[in-house]
Formats: sequence, C-alpha cells, structure tokens
Amino acid sequence: MSSYIANRLLQGVLVLFLVSLLTFFVMYFMPGDPARNMVGQTRVSEVQLEAIREKWSLNDPWYLRYWEWISNVVTGDLGTSMSRPGMAISEMIGEAATMTLRLNALSFVISLSIALPVGILAAVKRYSIFDYFSMFGSTLGVAIPNYWIGLMGIVIFSVHLGWLPPYGSDTWKGYILPVLVLSIEEMAALARLTRGATIEVLSQDYVTTARAKGLSQRLVVVRHVVRNALLPVITLLGYRMAFILSGTIVIESVFAWPGLGRLFYQSITSQDLQVVQAIVLLLTALVVVMNILTDLTYAFIDPRVRVG
Amino acid sequence: MSSTQRSSTTSQPSIAGTSRTASTRDVSLDVDYDVQRNQRVETWRRFTRYKPAILGLGFVSMLVMLAVFSPLIAPYNPDAVDTTLRGAAPSREHWLGNDDIGRDILSRIVYGTRIALLVGIGATSIAVTIGVLIGATAGYFGGKIDFALSRLIDTLMAFPLLALLLTLSTVFGPSLRNVVIVIGCTVWASYARVVRAEVLSLRERDFILAARAVGTTDRAIITRHLIPNALGPVIILASLAVGGIIILESALSFLGLGVQRPTASWGTMLSDGRDYLRNYPHIAIAPGIAIALTVLAFNVMGDGLRDALDPRQKS
Repeated sequence: MSSYIANRLLQGVLVLFLVSLLTFFVMYFMPGDPARNMVGQTRVSEVQLEAIREKWSLNDPWYLRYWEWISNVVTGDLGTSMSRPGMAISEMIGEAATMTLRLNALSFVISLSIALPVGILAAVKRYSIFDYFSMFGSTLGVAIPNYWIGLMGIVIFSVHLGWLPPYGSDTWKGYILPVLVLSIEEMAALARLTRGATIEVLSQDYVTTARAKGLSQRLVVVRHVVRNALLPVITLLGYRMAFILSGTIVIESVFAWPGLGRLFYQSITSQDLQVVQAIVLLLTALVVVMNILTDLTYAFIDPRVRVG
Repeated sequence: MSSTQRSSTTSQPSIAGTSRTASTRDVSLDVDYDVQRNQRVETWRRFTRYKPAILGLGFVSMLVMLAVFSPLIAPYNPDAVDTTLRGAAPSREHWLGNDDIGRDILSRIVYGTRIALLVGIGATSIAVTIGVLIGATAGYFGGKIDFALSRLIDTLMAFPLLALLLTLSTVFGPSLRNVVIVIGCTVWASYARVVRAEVLSLRERDFILAARAVGTTDRAIITRHLIPNALGPVIILASLAVGGIIILESALSFLGLGVQRPTASWGTMLSDGRDYLRNYPHIAIAPGIAIALTVLAFNVMGDGLRDALDPRQKS
C-alpha cells in the first residue's frame, strides 16, 4: 500500500509539473504585447514601455521566466496583477474563490439531496412511471445548456415577476437563481449515475440472499442496497467535485457573480496573464490532488486496485 | 435481392443452396458472411428497440438536411438587416421574430445547424483520431512510451476544460476553424484512455500473437488488428460526446471567444439575445431550444447505440 501511495504521489507531482509548463507556454505565446496591454490607452514612450518590460522581466528568456514564476509559486507567492497594479493575486483569487465556493457548496447540497433519493427510487421502481419520468427529466437536464436556463430564469423571475434580482450577490435573493441553475445539471447527471449504480447492486447475489431470508423490500434497500450503491457514486463525486469550480465560468458571467470563473474570464479578456496562469495552475492542482485522494480512497476500500 | 445478384457483387457464395456443393473453404466463408449479416441485423434491432433513439436519429437526419440545404430552406437571408423590424416579435412573415438589428431569427437558426454540426462532428472526429492513435500506441508498446503518454493524458484531463478552451482560443484567435481544432485537440484524452485499456487486454490474445508470429509489423498490428477491435467503446463514447461538444461551442461563442459575429451560430445568437432580455426576450429563446433539442437528439441516439453495441452496459 505505501509503495502505491508513493507511486501515485510521484505521478501527481509529475503531472503538476507538466501542467505548469504547459500553462506557462500557452501564456508565453499569447499574442500582443503584455507591456502595452498593461498601460492600456495611456500614451507612453517606447522607453517607458521598455522599463515596464524590464520590471516584469518580459525580456528574459523563457526558462528564466518560468523558473522565477514557479519558484515563487512553490513558496506560496502568486505575484501581483499586471492590469490591477499593486493587487496581490493570491488576495484576488482568495476573495473570488470564496464566492465560487459558496455558490457551489449550496448547489452541491441541493443536487445531492434530490438526486440521490430520486436515483435510488428510480432504480428500485425500475420501469415504473416514476422511473421514466425522472430519467426523462435527467436526460433533459443534461441536454439543456445551463446558462440558457439562467437567461430564461432572469426573463421570468427578474423581468416579468420582479421577484429576484437579475444579477449580483448582495442579498440572499441573488443566490437563488445561480444556485438553482447550477444544481439542475449536476442533479441530472447525479440521478442517472445513482440509478445505474443501484441497478447494478440490485442484481447482486447478496441482495437475493437478503430477500430470500425474508427481509422486507424496504429493509433490503436501506440496509444492503443504498450503502453499496453509494460507493461508486461517492468516488465519482470526488472526480467531479474538482471540476465543479471551473464549470461555473459561464454561469458567473451570466449572473455577474464575483467568483473565480468571472475573474478568470475578465483576466483572459484583459490579458492579465499572471492571474490566468495562477488560476489555471490552482484549479489543475486541485484536480490532481482530488484525483489522488479519490484513487487512494478507492485503493483503501478495494485492494484489487493496488495491484493494477 | 436475388442470390445471383448478391454473389456477383460480393463475389462470395452467400446462400446455403449454392454453397452446399462448394468446397469446405467456401462453406466457412458462407458462415462468416451470415454471422456478420446477422450481427448487423441484431445490432439494428437492438438500436431500434429503444424508441427515443429512433426519434433522435430522425431529428439528427433532419438537422443534416437543414444544414446541407440551408439556402433552400431558410425563408430569408440570415444576414439581411431590416432596421424597421428591430426586435420584432414573431409574426406570420417572421415565425420566430427578428433579432436586435432586425435579422430573421428562423433563418439564422437554420444556418446555425451548419455551425453546430460542423463543430460537433468535426471536433469529435479530430479527438477520436488523436485519441485512438495515442491510446493504441500507449497500450501496445507499454513501458516507457506508455508511461509518457499516460502522463500526457493525465495532464490534459487535469485542465478545467472550458478554461483551457478560452485560453487557447485567445492565443490562436477565435474563429470557426480554430474552435473545431482547439476543441478537437483538447478532448481526445478520454478516447485515448478507453482505447489504451482495450488494447492492453487485446494485446495478449492469440490472434495478435499469431499476427506477430507471421512477422506482421507493429504498425500493421495496431492499425489492422488492434484498432478495429477496440473501436466499439470509442463509437459509443463519441456518439455520447457530440452533444457535450455542441454545448461547449455554444458556451465559447456565447462568451465571445468562439465563432465570431456576424456568422449565425446558436451561441452568438444567445449572446446577442442576452443584452435584450428586458425588451426582446424572444431573441434568446429560440437558439436555446435549438441547442437543447440537438443535444438531446444526439444523446438519446448515443444511448441507443450503446444498448445496441454493448448490451452489458445497458442503463
């Protein structure tokens, strides 16, 4: 087991290194002159531009710049923003991440608490009207682009009914639309997943045994099926969780939500390369760490994984 | 079709009556042929058993017709501006109304099918090609090559997809061509993973050993023997991925970093509509429904295909 952990950690570090290199190069080849972008509309002389380039070490060869960046990142220093002078990137990301996290935590709780019971019930009552109805709903939920649901939500609840604000995060009412919109897609995917896992478990011998010894359907489901069906769902949740943060780019743009997705979008359109680099690296690091944790959990539960 | 016609086109004895007198070798060919045909019939039967899949197939065929014959079907020029009809509500002349600068929305929706299908199918084809080649190479050679390629796959899969697409699109410049290429070159990792796993299990089978024993080159073993046998799960995965890619393209275009104006794409139409939600909400309604129906059609078709090709995975 310990060699498996070491192996998995080493792979993770390697992947993180590749990710940082790739991110750096994509930024490196970004068209346009970062120095000129920085000054924007202000009239500046070539000498001043040169001074800016010197200050941000834009003239250095790529390996020096990469080394400078990555050695700072490792010590926890993400640098300062180019387009918002003096702003520490870690601070900007911290504030934005809190807002994104709130949004996602809420929608996560909502989608879990609806999708799990629906998925299990649909599997237990397979081929029933409830099953067809809920699976139709989940197929629909995956197919409809969530940002469009957001736009329609604004038309109905903000423009026509005037119940909810169309954007912003100042009051609790501002949370309702973005949280619900985010939940729908997650819920749809999760319900389907749970149903599949439950059906799988229902066909196992130990379920038949449980039934044979006279347990009621209710007890069979609660004691034997649910617990075993949740296992694959939870592992998959681990993989998905890391991606949820990045899945909010469009939604945050629709609702002008001051989160990580919007910060990323603004930074990329204003070519604030340092910020883009930092966000991408952070999110991928999160994905890598979550994947390792999920794999380790899985290996811990299921010894067969360690060998393969 | 008569038996004589069939044997003349396939140059194989095809019905029991003719092969009974033929040599043993011919009989075995005959059996192969029947098995193959039966399999195709069986696959089709399983596909059609899932009724929504037939609807999906029908809808996708309709979309293809719309895309191919857009100029004949669209009632107006999708780029013709009529300033007197700015934001006009649906009417008898303009079934879905007009957009913020007075273009006919229905015509733009019809032309938008071209972009959606082009990106959905184009990007998927690129991704499948790259993924299959890399996955087969990694699985067949193993060792260091496998390790390197697997880490490459891990790296790509670790990136938040939309963030990566937005970045690449900014670097290469947003355009229809670049959207197809950029999406195709970023989503291949899942195919590579599936093919690698499939090849790993096929590699040790007798028919591969036999091929190697008679001196078949690695290249021929991969392209002629391994890839065709590993293609089943790839087809399933690809058919289920087209819908997701169409949504990705629409999101990219919606954010202004995908297909550029004035090209009629559903994503840019939504982005146009977004600014007029208060006064002209109808602009944003039609493109969203178009995307949803298209993705739904591809997804149920994919479900049907999965049931047909891989009964074990039946949901």
